[in-house]
Amino acid sequence: MNAAILSSPIIGESPDAKDFLLSVEALTVSFDGFKAVNDVSFYVDPNEIRVIIGPNGAGKTTVLDLICGRTKASAGSIKFKGQELTKISESAIVQAGVGRKFQTPSIYDDLTVFENLEISFPRGRTVWGALTFKRDAEVRDRIHEVATMIFLKDQLKERAEFLSHGQKQWLEIGMLLIQDPELLMLDEPVAGMSVGERIKTAELLNQIIVGRSVLVIEHDMKFVEDIAHRVTVLHQGKVLSEGSMERVKNDPKVIEVYLGH
Amino acid sequence: MTSPVQTLSKSLTVNDNPFMKPMEWVSLALLAGLILFVLPATLDAFRLNLVGKYLTYAFVALGLVMCWGYAGILSLGQGVFFGLGGYCMAMYLKLEASSVENTKIQSTPGIPDFMDWNQITELPLMWKPFQSLPLTLILVVAVPVFFAFIIGFAMFTRRVGGTYFAIITQAIAAILTILIVGQQGYTGGINGITDLRTLHGWDIRTDSAKFILYFVNGGLLLGCILAAQYVKKAKLGRILLAMRDKEDRVRFSGYSVAGFKVFAFCLAAGFAAIGGAMFTLQVGFMSPSFVGIVPSIEMVIYAAVGGRLSLFGAVWGTLLVNWAKTTFSESFPELWLFGLGALFIAVVLAFPNGLAGIYRSYVEPRLTRKVKALAPAGAPVPHGTPAE
Repeated sequence: MNAAILSSPIIGESPDAKDFLLSVEALTVSFDGFKAVNDVSFYVDPNEIRVIIGPNGAGKTTVLDLICGRTKASAGSIKFKGQELTKISESAIVQAGVGRKFQTPSIYDDLTVFENLEISFPRGRTVWGALTFKRDAEVRDRIHEVATMIFLKDQLKERAEFLSHGQKQWLEIGMLLIQDPELLMLDEPVAGMSVGERIKTAELLNQIIVGRSVLVIEHDMKFVEDIAHRVTVLHQGKVLSEGSMERVKNDPKVIEVYLGH
Repeated sequence: MTSPVQTLSKSLTVNDNPFMKPMEWVSLALLAGLILFVLPATLDAFRLNLVGKYLTYAFVALGLVMCWGYAGILSLGQGVFFGLGGYCMAMYLKLEASSVENTKIQSTPGIPDFMDWNQITELPLMWKPFQSLPLTLILVVAVPVFFAFIIGFAMFTRRVGGTYFAIITQAIAAILTILIVGQQGYTGGINGITDLRTLHGWDIRTDSAKFILYFVNGGLLLGCILAAQYVKKAKLGRILLAMRDKEDRVRFSGYSVAGFKVFAFCLAAGFAAIGGAMFTLQVGFMSPSFVGIVPSIEMVIYAAVGGRLSLFGAVWGTLLVNWAKTTFSESFPELWLFGLGALFIAVVLAFPNGLAGIYRSYVEPRLTRKVKALAPAGAPVPHGTPAE
């Protein structure tokens, strides 16, 4: 990791984009004049776990929405491996290697766990491909491998609807894993989980970060401290502070608006 | 690491995703038996032709199962594609019936009679391709599917869906009806295209021709069921289901949702078109009254009554509703529309999954229990939905 980047305030600088996996620059989106995200810039290295924290309404989820194309940016740029993401469709962004987990578990209730994972398998994504898709050994083995990782190998034939809340969260993480994205974005992955599930999830996240970057939104500070390499604090749509957890925790601005209460 | 995974997957390969479950094969056999043996053996020529006509609507209902039931796209304009398919067929038959010697009393012999009545003196360009039978057979499916593609592409890439899409399809049905009625010289107007006689020299008005056409129709319907079953069983079918529930998630799994919706809509249009062409052949005419809003909505009711997630249900629903329609309107003609309305309300309120839903929750569990009691212990028993 580059020490100069860690120590210097990154905001406002414009380093060479190709060194980063993801570079977000001067990103702005306004909804009817209200700037939900206002001139946000940050850079994510390969293999980095970045956590975004901030009070409610700070624009954290909106930033993820902008990266994955769910919301269109009013201004600014998002470059992933040198490719501009603000111009391409959601499915093209996924195919470029960005995976997104939503805040509430977003899985297919009517399908089994196996089928949920199968749909996420990165092959046969065109109409013709989906018609001729074969459930071969490669697909099966990969699904079983991922199902074992996400603690659901005994539930493969069960309809996703009947899973517990925590299991649904894991299933969605599994659906992302099977896509094998280079950048994984998780929106509050442990929200609503029991203590036991939370520990297992942290374990799972530590396993899956190998070889990819992760962008996480989380409120649970204990969890953040456990996993974060660096933390970005958002407040009212702007970057308030950025750096190691240690640094951010001691930043008086952050204590005032977020950690203090 | 690999060996336990491999053994696990091997144990799962057995009957993992069969083309059809045993019960579905039974349903197919029942339906094929009814259409191809029981009905032809028991009904007179008139009634059989009537059933043949009903079965052409079943193509539309089948398409609606894929498009509405699976993909969640409610189209209230399927009559458009049924009608276009039927009109394409009728145009060929009409040209054949309008040979120079048949029409020598007209001021311009050799063109359809209604054109002559409307002072058209030359065969319009859009009629020219229908002088050839092979071209007609292609266009019967290609024209409606292409039209569906244009509508679907325009709507779904702009993410128009749900109620808005349903209303637009209804508007299109109304517009096309008005267009057909208005352009009398080119379309035959409100009367449609009538007085059809032969298909490539073969008289379609005789009882024996109608008998053969009934079987062609039945065979095509079963073929379409199998085609739909293939789509349903492919990963595409599961994507359609997934899309119906969580469109966004499908998008963020890397699929272009619009493409899949266009496909489902075009598939439904293609099925409807085949039904329309078979209608023209069996009934002997095609008119704008099969294109408009009322027939389009009736076709949705067939699918709803049968069960919008069941391919076989769609056919049973169509047969049942039409049988009821004929019986009722023969005795109480003024009551039928009320009956149809009541039926629709009953389906929505009491049996949201139609006949197939009733079968699945009441009949199938009992059958399974009986089979279980008869079968020796340990024999595999097809299980349906988990016990509730």
